[in-house]
Amino acid sequence: MDNTVIKIQDAVVSYREDVALQGVSLEVRKGEFIGIIGPNGAGKTTLLTVLNGLGKLIHGQAWVLGSQLNGRNGINLRKCIGYVAQVHSIDPRLPINVRETVMVGCYGRLGLFRWPTRAQWEAVDNVLEMVGMAHLSRRPIGHLSGGEYQKAAIARALVQQPEIFLLDEPTASIDPKAQREIMSLIQLIHKEYHMTTLLVTHDLKQLPPMCHRLILMKEGKIWKQGSPESMLREDVLSQLYEAPVAATNEIAPLCS
Amino acid sequence: MGTSILQYQFMQNAILAGLCGGITCSVVGVFVVTMHLSFIGVCIAHAAFAGALLGLWLGFNPLIGALLFSLASAAIIGPMTDRGELNPDTSIGIVFSLMLGLAFLFMGLMPGARTEALSLFWGSILTVTRQDLVFLAVTTAAIVGLAVIFYKEIQAVICHREVALAVGIPATVVFYGLLFSTGVTITASLQSIGGLLIYSLILNPAAAAYQLTYSLKRMLLIAIAFGIISCWAGLAASYLLDTPSGASIVITSSVIFGLATAFSPKRKVKRWRQVRLAG
Repeated sequence: MDNTVIKIQDAVVSYREDVALQGVSLEVRKGEFIGIIGPNGAGKTTLLTVLNGLGKLIHGQAWVLGSQLNGRNGINLRKCIGYVAQVHSIDPRLPINVRETVMVGCYGRLGLFRWPTRAQWEAVDNVLEMVGMAHLSRRPIGHLSGGEYQKAAIARALVQQPEIFLLDEPTASIDPKAQREIMSLIQLIHKEYHMTTLLVTHDLKQLPPMCHRLILMKEGKIWKQGSPESMLREDVLSQLYEAPVAATNEIAPLCS
Repeated sequence: MGTSILQYQFMQNAILAGLCGGITCSVVGVFVVTMHLSFIGVCIAHAAFAGALLGLWLGFNPLIGALLFSLASAAIIGPMTDRGELNPDTSIGIVFSLMLGLAFLFMGLMPGARTEALSLFWGSILTVTRQDLVFLAVTTAAIVGLAVIFYKEIQAVICHREVALAVGIPATVVFYGLLFSTGVTITASLQSIGGLLIYSLILNPAAAAYQLTYSLKRMLLIAIAFGIISCWAGLAASYLLDTPSGASIVITSSVIFGLATAFSPKRKVKRWRQVRLAG
């Protein structure tokens, strides 16, 4: 499959009576940074779950990193895919700290009956340093703010050493300063590791400048796709959201 | 308490049953408490009780009935809560009420005196047989062994099940494994602690330890210590005060929980003066 790391053909996903994805086809090349936008219920999250093998196709086919997803190989593929979801609510008394939570990212690759080595703990510490969370490494995970939690989630995905990075609204429900920090971090990671990245977001102003392609989803379908410049136009966005949306002509340079 | 009582076989069995029951129930309890599965545990406990009564009614080993019913209820509840076809509370509530109904039905259908059946309600650690003890010891070794071997997978599932799945851990298998372990633990401890009381011994030591630490490993060790203390102190209280052993064990564990909650560092709130000084 040459340079293609993700290929989806005519994917259909259904949750009981609701069809979440309707005949979606998509190809993603290695190292691409793709932004995915669209109204609520457009199928953005479902598309990501198909890619990490958690969403079940009722029709169509999907290949990720050269393997066709068949319901049995999802668990092995997920070890190579970093996934950051929206902020979860965590019990503040949960007896697990930030460092341990980040180490969870290694557990899949580590496999059963094997324990983390000192080198892996050092890798966790280095990643925590990189995301600016080293000073919080011993803090209980339930004591973090939304922004800090997302940085820890990104750190967890990074220690996994993934080939594909899936980000599902990582800045949802967090304050503007933390949103900016997280987007800078995502940008830095992409620059540093050249990972294939798919970012679902609602915040059009937060799309990083290196975004190669923007996919617009609506009613379970890919409605339009193209360069960010061609997609972030007032008429296109207003049609997508079926409401007046101001065009975002410039993409903020987040990473210095 | 005079030490001469310790020379009797029944008391030695009771002490060993308390040790094994305290360890097993506490280990399983830590996973039940941290994963917020308390009601699932109650449901499995009642299923084990119903199964044991069926065994008594039909004349086969009640432990086999308890094991089959508790595993079956875990196998029913797991998918029901997973698939989200019903609200988890509703699905667990339905299975719970069914199990309770079956327990009373089997008891009602039982001919003659129901002494043995009633003893399953509150259990009696003083009448534990060698066979019960062997089953309990094997269960303890298996549960502790599995908890050590799969510690990192269990920790990941406790951290967040979706996250565990997303990093390539067989989180669903681990989750079902924990439900089945709860069923086996309840079955093994049914004779000594009793069907209605067993769940307190699972919940209380773990809930008490939850109040005292932010480390999962430390929580396991504290819960085990509380579980053993509950069993042995309850046993001593039962001997000294001539009270039912199962009830004494459970009340002791509740007192420990009350004390842990009262002195929990997690409940501490900073006073205005501390905030001002820190600022």
